Amino acid sequence: MKFVLLWSDFLFFLLVAGGVIFGLWARRVEHQRAAWRKVGQSRVGMAAATVLVLFLAVALLDSVHYRERLPGEGEHYAVEVRSVLDALLTPLRTRPEKTYSAPLATHSFAKENIAGEGRDFPRLKFGGAHLGEALSRHGADIALRCAQGLGLGAVAGLALWLAGLPLRRRAPHLAWDAVFVTLGVFCLIAGPLAMLAQGYHVLGTDKVGQDVLYLTLKSIRTGLLIGTLTTLIMLPAAIFLGILAGYAGGWIDDVIQYLYTTLNSIPGVLLIAAAVLMMQVMIDTHPQWFSTSAERADARLLALCAILGLTSWTGLCRLLRGETLKLRELEYVQAARALGVSSGRILTRHILPNVMHLVIIAIVMDFSGLVLAEAVLSYVGIGVDPNTISFGTMINTARMELAREPMVWWSLTAAFVFMFVLVLAANLFADVVRDAFDPRLAR
Amino acid sequence: MLAYLIRRLLYAVPILIGVNVITFALFFVVNTPDDMARMQLGVKHVTPEAIEKWKAERGYDKPLFWNAAASGAGKLTETIFFEKSLKMFALDFGRADDGRDIAREIRQRMGPSLAVAVPVFVLGLFAAISFALLLVYFRATYLDFAGVVLCVAMMSVSSLFYIIGGQWLVAKVWHLVPISGYGEGLSAAKFIVLPVVISVLAGLGASARWYRTIFLEEITRDYVRTARAKGLSERLVLFRHVLRNALIPILTGAVVLIPSLFMGSLLIEAFFGIPGLGSYTIEAINAQDFAVVRAMVFIGSALYILGLLLTDISYTIADPRIRLQ
Repeated sequence: MKFVLLWSDFLFFLLVAGGVIFGLWARRVEHQRAAWRKVGQSRVGMAAATVLVLFLAVALLDSVHYRERLPGEGEHYAVEVRSVLDALLTPLRTRPEKTYSAPLATHSFAKENIAGEGRDFPRLKFGGAHLGEALSRHGADIALRCAQGLGLGAVAGLALWLAGLPLRRRAPHLAWDAVFVTLGVFCLIAGPLAMLAQGYHVLGTDKVGQDVLYLTLKSIRTGLLIGTLTTLIMLPAAIFLGILAGYAGGWIDDVIQYLYTTLNSIPGVLLIAAAVLMMQVMIDTHPQWFSTSAERADARLLALCAILGLTSWTGLCRLLRGETLKLRELEYVQAARALGVSSGRILTRHILPNVMHLVIIAIVMDFSGLVLAEAVLSYVGIGVDPNTISFGTMINTARMELAREPMVWWSLTAAFVFMFVLVLAANLFADVVRDAFDPRLAR
Repeated sequence: MLAYLIRRLLYAVPILIGVNVITFALFFVVNTPDDMARMQLGVKHVTPEAIEKWKAERGYDKPLFWNAAASGAGKLTETIFFEKSLKMFALDFGRADDGRDIAREIRQRMGPSLAVAVPVFVLGLFAAISFALLLVYFRATYLDFAGVVLCVAMMSVSSLFYIIGGQWLVAKVWHLVPISGYGEGLSAAKFIVLPVVISVLAGLGASARWYRTIFLEEITRDYVRTARAKGLSERLVLFRHVLRNALIPILTGAVVLIPSLFMGSLLIEAFFGIPGLGSYTIEAINAQDFAVVRAMVFIGSALYILGLLLTDISYTIADPRIRLQ
């Protein structure tokens, strides 16, 4: 086995590490801690955060990549890049059907010619295969597995609750109830899913017979990456230019304002389309840059993040400029200047910490919009690589299936439901964070 | 006022030049015309002669900025930058890579785009403001809370879901309207209804919530207390005082969009087969027709700048205290 560190993995881990460091810093700064405590006391905020952490865990598992060692002499590795999540979901990944099958089905979705029997729905290779000939037990088997799963989920939920007791004692003022209720609901949903997934395709299969549950779980990483890396990429430029423009004034301010006004006046979708088209040409004309197709898809994902970042930093930059203009005239900044503190130090010690709330609000507010944008862009054909599993590519391949009779509804539904949960959690969390950090709302 | 407008229009020139330079850099410096030719011709047909022919047919065979071979002013004008970028200022967009005249296509496709975009804009604004006013009227009650929850849920649903779901339910199951297409004159109405309703619905959550916060901010002001103290009914307070004073932030968000309505909506037009500028852009993106994308970027930016100007003018109408100078 050989570990592979894709660029997006590296940046994603960097981001998580950055988040941890930021958390440690925020613990030490009183006004940061007060604001985060407000988030922690909000039940909605904690429940949404729990959901987001669960999504993040899936994405992190999916970000540890490796190439399997091939059997035989010498150092040879498989071309295919797998992740830990792939390994955990091996049963889902390695049991493809021929084509569409409905959720929990035992028979294929389409009729086929079967030798000796005429046209009929053929049995699935894996879905419900353990039933053998006893198809009448299908319903009872599903019910049994659901019951087992619920039992397991309840036990797991209870265990989590017990494990969380010390946490509650240490920080009794936080809304732990919401966290554990959310975790309990998650366990009660995940338990039956896991039990059923061992014998069936819980969410059906897609056109080429891949398990839809597997596809949706893999999509989470793409969505989270686009939602977070885009902000990470644009953040340094937005902060630096925004604060500089506000503090320095004069021609520097003029140049920076001109820069973001110009970028801002190009309609976002069109700028993204133009940039993505150019990136496609570049990637296609330089195939020698990438050794595996996973690397190429990864490069495309990162480039998409960079392009989205390029178009979305202007808003934050303008906000920061305005705030810095205000802060520059305040007494404590003037006092620092009078005492002979250097400009660089004023910017990092006195201005930056005091515009941090704007940055945090921007990060959490942008996230949900970016996840939604990925789906739309991939649909239009200027999103991620068509081979990258994402909500957008899932919807794109599934949308023609609605025209079939009877309808193939499950892959669309699965993609939309997962996306809805992710975006709803992000939106709710963003609201709570904004309420906690916005000084205008503070009372 | 006039002097202000002229000054603002002059400000627009450097911004448009900047847009031009950015798109030029994107389309001709990041990738050379040779790369584009190779892309368009496909792997099989790439020979040096074919590339030269492709470039010559579309006028990409000239130097980028400085044509040493030409004479006089031709040194500057017979270049890609002049012919493909600067000529856009004279609204000369040239031909698409498939040979059709871009300006003619735009004129033809503007109508269908507007036929969808204008009703969406007007109805969307009306629906969002009425919904927000309703929530503010019942503020701090369970109705308000439920409304906000509904807004957040609605804005968490992908716009693709609204479109696919609406198309499936209304057109396929209920057979109320055709799934997609477009007709001439009044017969277009039956094709337009569904896209309009879906777009309004898809945008309602986010905008209603946004207007609600604006109204709530306004409602804590002193003049509202005065109005109530002198005995005005809550409805009069909301419509005559709060709504009028909240006009400035509403106009800031809305007026800037008006010129851009010409561009249509990419998604809606693509899904419903409306032959507008949005679907033109999507077709160009899918066919990798760079000339069209370049033209659309330029027009889009110009319309946006026009929108900013209109916003300023609308302020003076909404609030007599504001004078532009």
